[in-house]
Amino acid sequence: MLNIERIIAELKNYQGSPLKLMEVCGTHTSAIMQLGIRSLISPKITLVSGPGCPVCVTPAAFIDAAVAIACEPGYTVLSFGDMFKVPGNGPSLSEGKGEGASVEMIYSPREVLVKAEQESDKVFVVAAVGFETTLPAYCDLLQELEQREIRNVRLLTSLRQIIPALSWLGTHSPDIDGYILPGHVSVILGEDAYKSLAQELKTPMAIAGFSTEHILLAIYDLVKQVQNKKNQVHNLYPSVVSRTGNTLIQEQMEQYFQKGQIGWRGLGLIEDSGLFLRDEYTQFSMPYDWPEPNETAEDFKDSCLCGEVLLGRISPPECPSFRKHCTPSMPKGPCMISLEGACGIWYRFHREKKEGQ
Amino acid sequence: MCVAVSARVIETDERAGKVDVRGNILNVGIAVRNVKPGDYVLIHAGCVIEVIKKEQAEEIADLLRELEDL
Repeated sequence: MLNIERIIAELKNYQGSPLKLMEVCGTHTSAIMQLGIRSLISPKITLVSGPGCPVCVTPAAFIDAAVAIACEPGYTVLSFGDMFKVPGNGPSLSEGKGEGASVEMIYSPREVLVKAEQESDKVFVVAAVGFETTLPAYCDLLQELEQREIRNVRLLTSLRQIIPALSWLGTHSPDIDGYILPGHVSVILGEDAYKSLAQELKTPMAIAGFSTEHILLAIYDLVKQVQNKKNQVHNLYPSVVSRTGNTLIQEQMEQYFQKGQIGWRGLGLIEDSGLFLRDEYTQFSMPYDWPEPNETAEDFKDSCLCGEVLLGRISPPECPSFRKHCTPSMPKGPCMISLEGACGIWYRFHREKKEGQ
Repeated sequence: MCVAVSARVIETDERAGKVDVRGNILNVGIAVRNVKPGDYVLIHAGCVIEVIKKEQAEEIADLLRELEDL
């Protein structure tokens, strides 16, 4: 009978060809490190991080735009805390605030509603970043703005979809043997959303939760799929992720947003991977005149290899700047700053790396 | 950014409500159909994104606590 002990024994003693599996979600990267997953599996199975940390892949030009808006009289920019210290080409939101820019931290986009009603002479701009998991919160905000007829809130968007990015990644990092799919993004999308992607990339995929058992089971599933030459999507988090996902949110996303090309920091432009407010909702959009930022891995090479890390080509310690010139207090790239960035996670758990790898 | 936390619904109208996250009461939006008081839910960025079972909610809460403590 299959149980966790047998799964660990099989993964630890794995003798097949070397495998490279990508965990797409930054929270999985963190859990893998914190739970010591690498120490439980064969060194022939390499786990690499993907582009699933929204903070890491939001272009520097977006930060520049948010800071510039926050410096305009009458404008306040609201942002999740994760984004605060991420450097743009110029100052971060945090540094901008220190120099007098009007920037405030929020936990939920809803917080802007009270502010906007209390200070109707100001314009509040929500720095709207994130993947599908965060989209419900923006749809909820847009509904409230419409219903309450609030006119002084705008969204500066850098919103993205994971499936077009994985499709792009499959052609640019073709040596990935399997994908551990994000648990809570999949709550929105559902299991079926990935099926054509798995066929297109001819690569197996497993939707996983965040516990030791969940992650080991996903690795085991992918190893077995590779050995049996399967390219299927297996939902290993069925108590939370359904086949069709949250259809109400999918309808709302379709109502408010349309897909289009967007820039990913370290990856460049990816077709159809962005979500932009539809024309009929432009009154809620912060107009900002910029060419869609095309910041590829090449642009980072002088300072760090964040682009290569986001593509799963290297692990953070392989970057020459890691720990030497790039640390959480003096970051060179976004992967070191974010709590869910692969470099920051590896830095914080370096001791485990020495013991486990 | 993409990890959701579990919570219990205290009160709700169609699109908004109050939830209990480890003893903290939060006002949230609701993006799931037919949520009612007492339900266990996943919330992200101040919005309910799915209804889940109690055991699942407890597992997620325990796991997040474990990950935070490490």
